[in-house]
Amino acid sequence: MASLVDRHTGFVAELRRAGLPVSVAEGLDAVRAVRAVDLLDRESLRAAYAATVVKRPQHRATFDTLFDLWFPAAVGDGAGAARDPERPARTVDDDGRPVPAALDPRVQRRREELADLLLSGDDAGLRRFARLAVAEYGRTPGQESWFSSGVLSALSPETLMARLLEAVLTGRERGGMAERVARRTFRDRIARFSGLVAGEVRRRIAEDTGVERTARIAVRPPLERLDFAGATRAEMEALRREVYPLARKLASRLVQRQRHGRRGRLDFRRTVRASLASGGVPLTTHHRPRRPHRPELVVLCDASDSVSAFAHFTLLLTFALREQFSKVRAFAFIDATDEITKYFAPGADVTGAMTRLAAEADLVWITGRSNYGHAFKVFDDRYRDAVTPRTSLLILGDARSNYGELSLPIVRSMVDRARHAYWLNPEPRAQWDTGDSAASRYGELLPMYECRNLTQLTAFIEELA
Amino acid sequence: MTDAIFASPADAGRRLAGVRYLADDAIATTVFLAQALGKPLLVEGPAGVGKTELAKAVAAATGAELIRLQCYEGLDEARALYEFNYKKQLLAIQAAPADRAWQETHDDIFSEEFLLERPLLAAIRRSDPTVLLIDEADKADVEVEGMLLEVLSDFQVTIPELGTVAAVRRPFVLITSNAARELSEALKRRCLYLHLGYPAPDRERDIVLAQVPGIEAALAEQLVRTVGTLRDLEIKKAPSIAETVDWARTLLALGLDDLDEAAVGRTLGVVLKHVSDQERAAKELGLSG
Repeated sequence: MASLVDRHTGFVAELRRAGLPVSVAEGLDAVRAVRAVDLLDRESLRAAYAATVVKRPQHRATFDTLFDLWFPAAVGDGAGAARDPERPARTVDDDGRPVPAALDPRVQRRREELADLLLSGDDAGLRRFARLAVAEYGRTPGQESWFSSGVLSALSPETLMARLLEAVLTGRERGGMAERVARRTFRDRIARFSGLVAGEVRRRIAEDTGVERTARIAVRPPLERLDFAGATRAEMEALRREVYPLARKLASRLVQRQRHGRRGRLDFRRTVRASLASGGVPLTTHHRPRRPHRPELVVLCDASDSVSAFAHFTLLLTFALREQFSKVRAFAFIDATDEITKYFAPGADVTGAMTRLAAEADLVWITGRSNYGHAFKVFDDRYRDAVTPRTSLLILGDARSNYGELSLPIVRSMVDRARHAYWLNPEPRAQWDTGDSAASRYGELLPMYECRNLTQLTAFIEELA
Repeated sequence: MTDAIFASPADAGRRLAGVRYLADDAIATTVFLAQALGKPLLVEGPAGVGKTELAKAVAAATGAELIRLQCYEGLDEARALYEFNYKKQLLAIQAAPADRAWQETHDDIFSEEFLLERPLLAAIRRSDPTVLLIDEADKADVEVEGMLLEVLSDFQVTIPELGTVAAVRRPFVLITSNAARELSEALKRRCLYLHLGYPAPDRERDIVLAQVPGIEAALAEQLVRTVGTLRDLEIKKAPSIAETVDWARTLLALGLDDLDEAAVGRTLGVVLKHVSDQERAAKELGLSG
């Protein structure tokens, strides 16, 4: 029993280290939950832990990775991996080197098996197969550690796609909806296989070098602390999904704030009418709704390559905001500035808007590298009327002007005219003012916030509202 | 403290399936745990994945009564917990005989008789099995969460004039949220948590088969895969399970037995309810017209 307690505390400690806020009470709940389920049923155990310690969907991936390490599905080669030690997995040529995978009949047989499993969608079979495949191809002779690259390059599951599609779409015309649907299904299954292989590799590494060390290498930071610039494509998509709730939150905070103010004027007629029911005593007073104050937002966003991941993200934020407020004007700049509000019309399609924006908007003046000074000058010349005393001004960019001019007086006058002005900088604070960064020179004119992950963005939104 | 209504996760899954709610392992285990540990269960996820349905299914599977508190902006204690019936109180004062002492009247009008119980109090006072559904908690103001904390941690309510009302029998509490607003850490800490996403294709197919009698398994499969593809597109409102089921009914009613481009084009309005979403789907799936 002692080892189980150790395992539990180690697991919880590692979850905390990876950024999940697991309180002591939740840890105790987990123990109670674990006692209530059948410990031998691994998925029940996983569900018991998940229900008690994971309270945000973004933390789930981290949790699953760590759970697989702490409560591995198998030990060693694992049950069911009937491996014949007499026969190596790869055919060896006369010089003792393995034959290329494409010519190796054994590898090809495995590929057949994999194709069948992907076609049938048999998840348990796929899991068994992944375990076997890692045992066979995960470590080439002479290598110390396990790698999923060995498995994926030998079996190259992506190249099975054509064959799989062929098998389902027999006789039907290609390129249509049926193909797209099938392609997606197989893409998901192939991704699932890669995930299983990666998990199995992690498990084996953990067995060799210890769970804690592996966890430290294997776990990505949870989504809300993930750097915008360092996000993978899948993570970027996940981040994107997070933006909408944030925009809604910002909108509802602004509305809430006004509601918490005074109530509207007394609605005399309704109050008197209501008092009839209580014999003319006005027990409940009715008030007219307050006229909503519509906050206006002007977003000015650096769209150059150096901040492209960030720009992509902030444009999406702009898009989300555009749907929440009636009055948002958005401008993008590189070394010239153009209004991009029209691409974000309500109901417009977000990916389409991004492509059109890149193709049509007039952002480049000469060099195509950020020139904040000129961009601000163009903005001031052409859209001076956008910034009014009712406007919240939001500037998004890294303040790296390639040693160009800064147009500080123009920025100062914009800030003076606006009701609020904020600058979000995607660079780590430590890098501000290095090289061509003019962070603190702009920062003297308006508050500048470091904003490189969701936590910081959320914090800023709380500040803004 | 709740009576053991489910014997094991598998039992929970079986009994939910008995009332036509197909729960996967995670759902069954979490429902079982919520009951076994006597803790409220917070269920989050996109609209239309069966969060409210789960509460109804738990009630049906256990023969409990479902009490529902629908949250909305401006929900207050008087609507959620209890309030005194002012009008009746006023009437009682006016009807009281002239020689009656004020103190007596006062005690009288703050008695049980004048109390209007609202969902939370009702759920706590019931002695029969109860499922309390607090629906769309993210819609309510933050203050309501404070009130919920008090009720859900001790399962008791203090009414100043009457004293403390403690639960005779702990209700099974299920809180749903679309995560439009992050619920407070304090509330989350007190609850078990279940994130319901869109179901795996196999499970969704089984749901369609269970809900739409008479549909061919192959068509259901095709339908579910198509819906999955639609959910992958970046659209405003991804189709919910309910919409998948509606779609299946529509196809059945139209007598279509194959889901080709033409059939999808004709019936897309059943699953996608924004023009921009439909246009996007038409473009991505290569539908003509």
